[in-house]
Amino acid sequence: MATTYFTEDHEWIRVEGGVATVGITDHAQDQLGDLVFVQLPDVGQKLAKGDAAVVVESVKAASDVYAPIDGEVTEVNEATASDPALVNSAASSDGWLWKMKLADESQLANLLDEAGYKAIIG
Amino acid sequence: MGTDENLKSLPLDDLHKAAGARFGGFAGWNMPITYPLGVMKEHLHTREKAGLFDISHMQLFELSGREAAALLSHACPLDAAALQQGQSKYTFFLNEQAGILDDLIVTRLGTAGADGTAGGDSGGDRYMVVANAGNAAADEAHLRHIASGFDCRVEALPRVFLAIQGPQAADILRMAGLSGTELAFMNGFEPKPGWFMSRSGYTGEDGFEIGLPAGEARELVAALLADERLAWIGLAARDSLRLEAGLCLHGHDITPDHDPVEAALTWAIGKPVREKGGFIGAEALRAKLAAGTVRKRVGLKPDGRQPVRGETVLIDADGNEIGLVTSGGFGPSAGHPVAMGYVARAAIDGNLPIFAELRGNRIPVHIHPLPFTPHRYHKG
Repeated sequence: MATTYFTEDHEWIRVEGGVATVGITDHAQDQLGDLVFVQLPDVGQKLAKGDAAVVVESVKAASDVYAPIDGEVTEVNEATASDPALVNSAASSDGWLWKMKLADESQLANLLDEAGYKAIIG
Repeated sequence: MGTDENLKSLPLDDLHKAAGARFGGFAGWNMPITYPLGVMKEHLHTREKAGLFDISHMQLFELSGREAAALLSHACPLDAAALQQGQSKYTFFLNEQAGILDDLIVTRLGTAGADGTAGGDSGGDRYMVVANAGNAAADEAHLRHIASGFDCRVEALPRVFLAIQGPQAADILRMAGLSGTELAFMNGFEPKPGWFMSRSGYTGEDGFEIGLPAGEARELVAALLADERLAWIGLAARDSLRLEAGLCLHGHDITPDHDPVEAALTWAIGKPVREKGGFIGAEALRAKLAAGTVRKRVGLKPDGRQPVRGETVLIDADGNEIGLVTSGGFGPSAGHPVAMGYVARAAIDGNLPIFAELRGNRIPVHIHPLPFTPHRYHKG
């Protein structure tokens, strides 16, 4: 059973079997506007919570996507690098960015649930 | 992007809100940045059909009087008296060091009556000057200061200013019953009292700019938007369109620290004007033309898909600083990142490899001819 968490930095984290899939929220892609560039991390890269894992650039601006928790990158979604607009059209599904093996599942307790995230974006 | 209460609102602010615009601050104004179409589609729509831009943040000045031409020929590197009636010219205010205080479009309107308004010719000539929003107050002070020595009135006109840009622009205006669609590029006139219309723009496309009173602007907007080929376009797409067209944004690509020689804008200053001098900055400009420049504004195409933004430092293969990007982003029509900036002449002339350092990655950047997308002006 997968559980989905959110961060104040507008990421979603879907956890299943000790592996987290990370993407940006629909609200985030809407705020960024049309994406033209996605730079993904390397598979095997070790990320600490708060590390800039991904760079997304829209026509107007660049933004970092931060690692929401500690872990090792196990897979990246190359489709978003070749077609950044996929993140706009399917931010919470096919537009996922990377998967990571969790180093410390207890960190998940500090993340938001959907209701908490919705309260933030209003 | 909340509303900053220090920002001025456009006269048609309510129309932009109703159209679903997202706003942001620019040059002291709360401006529509994007509409629900989004910057990418807005940009492409303008190049394919036509876009409607509210550029009322820009300032129109009317100059009239027997010495209006003399004033302009002193304030700008321009022979204002040599302009034909209706002819527009891209020019500048320079400082004494030939630094660019602002870039402008000056149009010769016709003769003035004794009271400075149209009708009669006892009051000399009339000109329209269109200036950038961010410099409007400084430009007005500059003009008034210079005008104290000339028989010339300077009037800042309160106008809504609209741009209709794109290959369908002329047809849309014609269908809406507007006169002026027969104008050639860089010509302007006054179709009605209080109106100013020119065939010009900031996108590289054919198009028109129309200044008019707010009440009539609402009627015009309603009539024009009834044509489904026309859509509101925000400031974000205006920026990507002008960047692809290789057009400078004052405050970024040209500033008082840049002169027209290094900015590669000497085409805007006729040779007779350069030789005759007499305008503010003439001596400094002559010296720069004679000595050559150490840097030059060029188009820049980064390898790959990552945009290289303004303020990015350019380096050579050894990491030495050789230039600076002044504008950069993604070109939706070009299909790749586009930028412009200043590069050391030695690096340009030596065809040296140029790099931009982005977040630790060294991205090769190539000098690219401007514009990135061909201009499609209606030369008449």
